[in-house]
Amino acid sequence: MVTPNHFLRFLFFLLVVRPLVLVVLGLNVRHRERLPAAGPAIVAANHNSHLDTMVLMSLFPLSLLPRLRPVAAADYFLRNRIMAWFATRIIGIIPLKRAVHASGGDPLAEPTEALARGDILILFPEGSRGDPEHMEGFKTGIAHLAKRRAEAAIVPVFLHGLGKALPRGTFLLVPFFCDVFVGEAMAWSGDRASFMAELEKREMDLAAEGRFPAWE
Amino acid sequence: MTLSLPQTPVLWGIAGVFAILVIASIVVFALTKARPARDYNELKARIFSWWVMVTVLAVAIVLSPVVSVAFLGFVSFLALKEYFSLIPTRRADRRVLFWAYLAIPLQFYWIGIEWYGMFIIFVPVYMFLFLPLAMLMTGQTDGFLRAAGSLHWGLMTMVFAIGHAAYLLALPDDGNPVAGSAGLLLFLIFLTQFNDVAQYVWGKLFGRHKVVPAVSPNKTVEGLLGGIATTTLLAWLIAPYLTPLVTWQAPVAGLIIGFAGFVGDVTISALKRDLGVKDSGSLIPGHGGVLDRIDSLTFTAPLFFHYVYYLHY
Repeated sequence: MVTPNHFLRFLFFLLVVRPLVLVVLGLNVRHRERLPAAGPAIVAANHNSHLDTMVLMSLFPLSLLPRLRPVAAADYFLRNRIMAWFATRIIGIIPLKRAVHASGGDPLAEPTEALARGDILILFPEGSRGDPEHMEGFKTGIAHLAKRRAEAAIVPVFLHGLGKALPRGTFLLVPFFCDVFVGEAMAWSGDRASFMAELEKREMDLAAEGRFPAWE
Repeated sequence: MTLSLPQTPVLWGIAGVFAILVIASIVVFALTKARPARDYNELKARIFSWWVMVTVLAVAIVLSPVVSVAFLGFVSFLALKEYFSLIPTRRADRRVLFWAYLAIPLQFYWIGIEWYGMFIIFVPVYMFLFLPLAMLMTGQTDGFLRAAGSLHWGLMTMVFAIGHAAYLLALPDDGNPVAGSAGLLLFLIFLTQFNDVAQYVWGKLFGRHKVVPAVSPNKTVEGLLGGIATTTLLAWLIAPYLTPLVTWQAPVAGLIIGFAGFVGDVTISALKRDLGVKDSGSLIPGHGGVLDRIDSLTFTAPLFFHYVYYLHY
C-alpha cells in the first residue's frame, strides 16, 4: 500500500486545488453541515469530471486532509509511472481494480482497511465519469464496503456543473459556478438491494433540489 | 495610469462610507436588543457583507489605480461566470465561452494602458464579430442565434459596462483637480449603491403603487421617486468634493444614477425571472450573488462615464 506524501499533498491542496476550486470555479454548497466531521465515512457522489474529487476534498478542512482518501480506478490512474506517483502520493487515491475476475484476491481490502483506520473515503458509485451531466446506474461496491464496516456513515453528495467545466476528453477548463448538495448520512441497511435503492433515491432527491439550465 | 495615493477628499469619502456602516451596525445591534423575538439574521448578514465589500474596495482604491482596475476586472469575471452558469448554454460552445472569458483580461488591459479607442470598440466590435466566428467552428447551427445573442449580451453587460467604472480610473487626473480619477469612481459606486438602499427604504416606508409589477412586484413608484430625489440631493451635495461637475451638472448626474440604477436593477430582475431563479448566486451572504449586487452598476457605470467624459474630458 502506497502512502501519500502528506507535506506535498498539503501544499498542493492549499496552493493549487483550493484557489482553482474556489476562485476559478466557485461553489454553491447546500447543507455543508451534513458532511462528516470525522471518519469512518464514505462520501458517495455522482461522477462527471476529474474536478469532482478536487471539489469534494476542498469541502473539508485542511486538517482532515490526511484522512481523505478518494477511491479511484487502478487501470486508469496507475497506467504510467508519473500518473501513478501523482495519483497515489499527491491526490492520495486508493487504487481499485475495476476488473476482478482473473487475479483473485480481495479488491476491496484496501478501502476496507482505510475505513477501519477511521478514514473518509470519497467514492463514485457510477464507476466512471461517463457522459457529462448524466447520472448512470450505481455499482454495488459501495454496498460491500458499507456492509463490512457498518459503523461508517454513508453521505450522498450531488454535484452539478463540473461536467460542464471539465468534461471527459478535454484539458480545457471553462469556469462555471458549480453546485454541491450534501445529503443526510445513511447507514448500512442490512440488505444490498434496499441499500442501493435507498442510496440512488437519495441521490435523485438531491438532484431534484436544484434547477439547472439546459446544456446540450 | 500613475501610481499615486488617492487625494484627500477620496480618503474622507471612504471614511464617510465607513461612518455610515458603523451607524448601520449600531442601529441593527440596537434593533436586535430592542426586539429579541424578531429574526434579524438576514439583515446582519447583509451589513456584514457590506463591511467586507466596502473594505475590499477601499483597500483597492487606497493601494493604487492598478489594483482597483484589477479588482474591477475580477468582479467582472465573477459576474460573467455567474451569468454563464445561470443561462442555458450549448455543450458545443464550451470553447466559445472560454474565448468570452479571455475578453476580460484583454479589456481590463486596454483600460490599464489607457487606450480609450480600443477600450470602446473591443467588446462591441471585435468580440461581437469574433464569437460568432468561433461558434462557426463548432459546426452546430441548432440554437445559433440564441447562443450568439445571449453570450454577447453577457459580455456587454458584465465586461463592457462594468469596464466603464474601471475606465474612470484611467481618465487623466487634471480633468478632476479636486479628487482625481478615484474621486469619480467613489462617487459612482457610492451613489449607485446608496440609490439602491434609498429606493428600498422609500418603498418600504411609503410604497403603494407598483411600478413594474410583472417584473419586480416589490418596486413602487414612491420608492423609485423618493430614491431618485435622495440620490439627486446627495449627488448635488458631494459632487464638489469628488468630481469636476459644477452647478446643474451634479444634480443631473444624480438623476442619471438614480434612474439608470433602477433600470439596471429591474433588468437583472427580468433576467432572473426569465431563468426562474430568485438570486443570481450565493457568493455574498444576505445579498445573493455578485450580479445581485452590481445589477444597478451595469447601467449606471456606462451612462455616468459618458456623461462625465462628454462634459469634462
